[in-house]
Amino acid sequence: MTTAPQKNIRNFSIVAHIDHGKSTLADRLIQATGGLSDREMKDQVLDSMDIERERGITIKAQTVRLAYTAKDGETYTLNLMDTPGHVDFAYEVSRSLAACEGSLLVVDASQGVEAQTLANVYQAIDNNHEIVPILNKIDLPAAEPDRIKQQIEEVIGIDASNAVPISAKTGLNIDLVLEAIVERLPPPNGDPDAPLKAMLVDSWYDTYLGVVVLVRIIDGHLRKGDRIRMMGSGAAYDVERVGWFTPKMVSSEALGPGEIGFFTGSIKEVADTRVGDTITDDRRPTDAALPGFRPAQPVVFCGLFPVDAAEFEDLRAAMGKLRLNDASFSFEMETSAALGFGFRCGFLGLLHLEIIQERLEREFNLDLIATAPSVVYRIRLTSGDEIELHNPADMPDVVKIDTISEPWIRATILTPDEYLGAILKLCQDRRGIQADLSYVGNRAMVIYDLPLNEVVFDFYDRLKSVSKGYASFDYQLTDYREGDLVKMQILVNAEPVDALSMLVHKTQAERRGRAMCEKLKDLIPQHLFVIPIQAAIGGKIIARETVRALRKDVTAKCYGGDVTRKRKLLEKQKEGKKRMRQFGKVEIPQEAFIAALKMDE
Amino acid sequence: MSRLAVPAGSARAADAAPPPADPGFGVYVHWPFCAAKCPYCDFNSHVRHAPVDQARFAAALAAEARAMAERAPGKRVTSIFLGGGTPSLMAPETVGAVLDAVAAAWTVDADAEISMEANPSSVEAERFRGYRAAGVNRVSLGVQALDDRELRFLGRLHDVDQALAAIRLARETFPRLSFDLIYGRPGQTPEAWAAELERAIGLASDHLSLYQLTIEPDTMFEKLYRAGKLAMPDEETGAALYAVTQAVCEAHGMPAYEVSNHAVPGGECRHNLVYWRYGEYAGVGPGAHGRLVSGGRRHALATAREPERWLARVESWGDGVDADDILSEEEAGDEMLLMGLRLVEGIDLRRYRAIAGRGLDPGRLADLVAHGMVETIGPDRVRATRAGAFVLDAVVADLAA
Repeated sequence: MTTAPQKNIRNFSIVAHIDHGKSTLADRLIQATGGLSDREMKDQVLDSMDIERERGITIKAQTVRLAYTAKDGETYTLNLMDTPGHVDFAYEVSRSLAACEGSLLVVDASQGVEAQTLANVYQAIDNNHEIVPILNKIDLPAAEPDRIKQQIEEVIGIDASNAVPISAKTGLNIDLVLEAIVERLPPPNGDPDAPLKAMLVDSWYDTYLGVVVLVRIIDGHLRKGDRIRMMGSGAAYDVERVGWFTPKMVSSEALGPGEIGFFTGSIKEVADTRVGDTITDDRRPTDAALPGFRPAQPVVFCGLFPVDAAEFEDLRAAMGKLRLNDASFSFEMETSAALGFGFRCGFLGLLHLEIIQERLEREFNLDLIATAPSVVYRIRLTSGDEIELHNPADMPDVVKIDTISEPWIRATILTPDEYLGAILKLCQDRRGIQADLSYVGNRAMVIYDLPLNEVVFDFYDRLKSVSKGYASFDYQLTDYREGDLVKMQILVNAEPVDALSMLVHKTQAERRGRAMCEKLKDLIPQHLFVIPIQAAIGGKIIARETVRALRKDVTAKCYGGDVTRKRKLLEKQKEGKKRMRQFGKVEIPQEAFIAALKMDE
Repeated sequence: MSRLAVPAGSARAADAAPPPADPGFGVYVHWPFCAAKCPYCDFNSHVRHAPVDQARFAAALAAEARAMAERAPGKRVTSIFLGGGTPSLMAPETVGAVLDAVAAAWTVDADAEISMEANPSSVEAERFRGYRAAGVNRVSLGVQALDDRELRFLGRLHDVDQALAAIRLARETFPRLSFDLIYGRPGQTPEAWAAELERAIGLASDHLSLYQLTIEPDTMFEKLYRAGKLAMPDEETGAALYAVTQAVCEAHGMPAYEVSNHAVPGGECRHNLVYWRYGEYAGVGPGAHGRLVSGGRRHALATAREPERWLARVESWGDGVDADDILSEEEAGDEMLLMGLRLVEGIDLRRYRAIAGRGLDPGRLADLVAHGMVETIGPDRVRATRAGAFVLDAVVADLAA
């Protein structure tokens, strides 16, 4: 196979909200162009997914190369780029989008535009994409194509008059989608004679092939046997295999300008490949790297600890394996008086955190405790130095701190009108600053600037509950802003408990402190003495509760026959005490920490 | 009546004489049958509607006593205790046969304490003379309350008049007498309990067992409690009731020598002291437990609980032993702590080290001393303080950890 002529290449992605039919449409496009037979459609796609799972591969971005003979008689190469679409992977998504010239915007013809659709479509527009709006599920009785078209024009501000009405489920008008891709999306226009310039879109680890790198060729050619260099990391590799996916893996001699495909080399770890990096010919490098490259930057941190201390090494091994495939996930060892040995982990966002935690638990059969997520604070010291704080426990002495800044996000929330009041209150309570409020048909669209710190806590859950699940939410990181942030400590019997300390805004401190003390009061077992539980900022106590001392705890009747039974009870108690953590003279069961850290207000 | 405070500095039992170095050797015999199951009781007791073949059971008990003597030969028995169940449902001849079997299996001390539990119903009281003749020299009556309504609540088959008559007859018949009361009943105030206890002390001989009502698993009371139909005293009231118990008994010369047991000096139950001092004892009968040392290791023995199954096993194999576990040093140490700290005399640290293979954790001990829960008596003894006795289970858990 040779490389395709650029004028007959179309590179596109699909932008859609969850459940609006992205995958179904992708399947139909593969089917209609004969990428797979009807029978293979089931067998093949599912099989390869099973293998992916077995190998523990997360293919964050997937491409499929389709051959389509259009009505004009010409055969086109269509590269469909499937992206994860979640804000946590915003940077990855933006790189995927940068690898395409156009996007299909899929909107459910009855549900309309959602917050997530918006965030992604704006990214596509930012990447100068030509957008083809597609109204899906028009076969459903509730479909209102005209209203949704109008909504797309009002909310997104693009022409929707020639939106393609389809049903991905029944296959209705899939041919029109293919024609629209060919007619309305521009071809790439790279320089075939220039030195190789390619963008690293994604990479993953394959047990048999090693690291597989997905690339978009901008200029020049990538050939088997070439020696290439990654301009960001500086590393050079020999190209072993080149090819693309149909979705089956197909080998080729080379990839030419405008094409999307993969290569493999002697790359050991996914961490050696950075999304957005520029790949060039080691002997004849390009002058300028592609703009916009930046290494993955974790924004949310939390501690992960094994419930059973004996599983610590297993956890380390499992994390190492996951990181092979996901360089954006970082971890370093952490010791907590409360939870023992574990890891401080960095994630791209909350979803990323959940995915990693779930994979560790499910694929590696580990029982984990996750501490409350926190964000990365930037602290300017009086010495003029600036440090990043990943763990409240590491906060420097207050007298050494000049200012503390915290990350802010811009959140877009779409909600039926009736829940608007409650949502505004929630955002306001979380120190939000309203940026915009408008109506999209009968739905309100609010844009809020919020501190990420207030969102990582339990914002999703609260939003879901106040809107009965109808509100949709998306956000992007905007900037760091100085804030009146203080470290709140929790003292149990006058001993500070590091695992429970947190950075909070001064205005939220008392509420959070009180909630934590009340919760701990019920979680810490009674001792032989009174235990004060206090929340403090610096030396100042802002909340206090007391665990009363035990008054009566003695077995009334105990004779010979009972010894065995009582001893077994005592053994259980001793076992329980082993799982407890000692703070001064107070023993706190591990479960209490888990419950306290999972606290919702 | 106002709430009684514990008199400061009042003498606690066993302050004077140190306990003997040898805890003695006891034989426990279990009679597993009752006329009715009490709603609070989780003991191994069974109600049979057909008459029990007492001769057959007596033969089996005798056989098992011989089998136990083979495991612990040559012992000098210092006490025998017939418990249940309701041993006063045994015919005097059955009791006699069992005591004879114990005497044949081991040597019984001439002044051995031979106790039996009895219900204070008139039917059972008629057999007192027979038991005395068989060798019983101490009886422990399950009086439980001195109020007819409360007795019905506790599911007892006797009333107060029968109890008073049984106490009178027992005092005439046996050299030593104890009876049990249950307090901390729903709605019972510390004042009401103090009054009931004063009356009981007036009737008492040398010993009283005073148990705070506890909800035990798999009892009728547990079901009621879970259903919210039993208003048990809260922790605070429980503590007040316990305090009042100590005060009243001390004021009348019957201080506690164990968490729930009170006696005039010298009136302590020697058999139960064997358990609490973690001595050796053999258990005979269904569901009986024993602790026997052989080959330098402490064995925990338990027999089959279900009477007919136990009987069948004894008749075919010579004993009904269901479990014979060799206790580790840690297990034996735990048991010694559990039992020994219940006693006002406390435990001997040298003996604890010998049994547990380690000393008590000095840090934990110091903390408990600092909190006023534990005190040392001389260099080699520790005991729970008066305050520590209220929360002894937590104290033991701390020390054992």
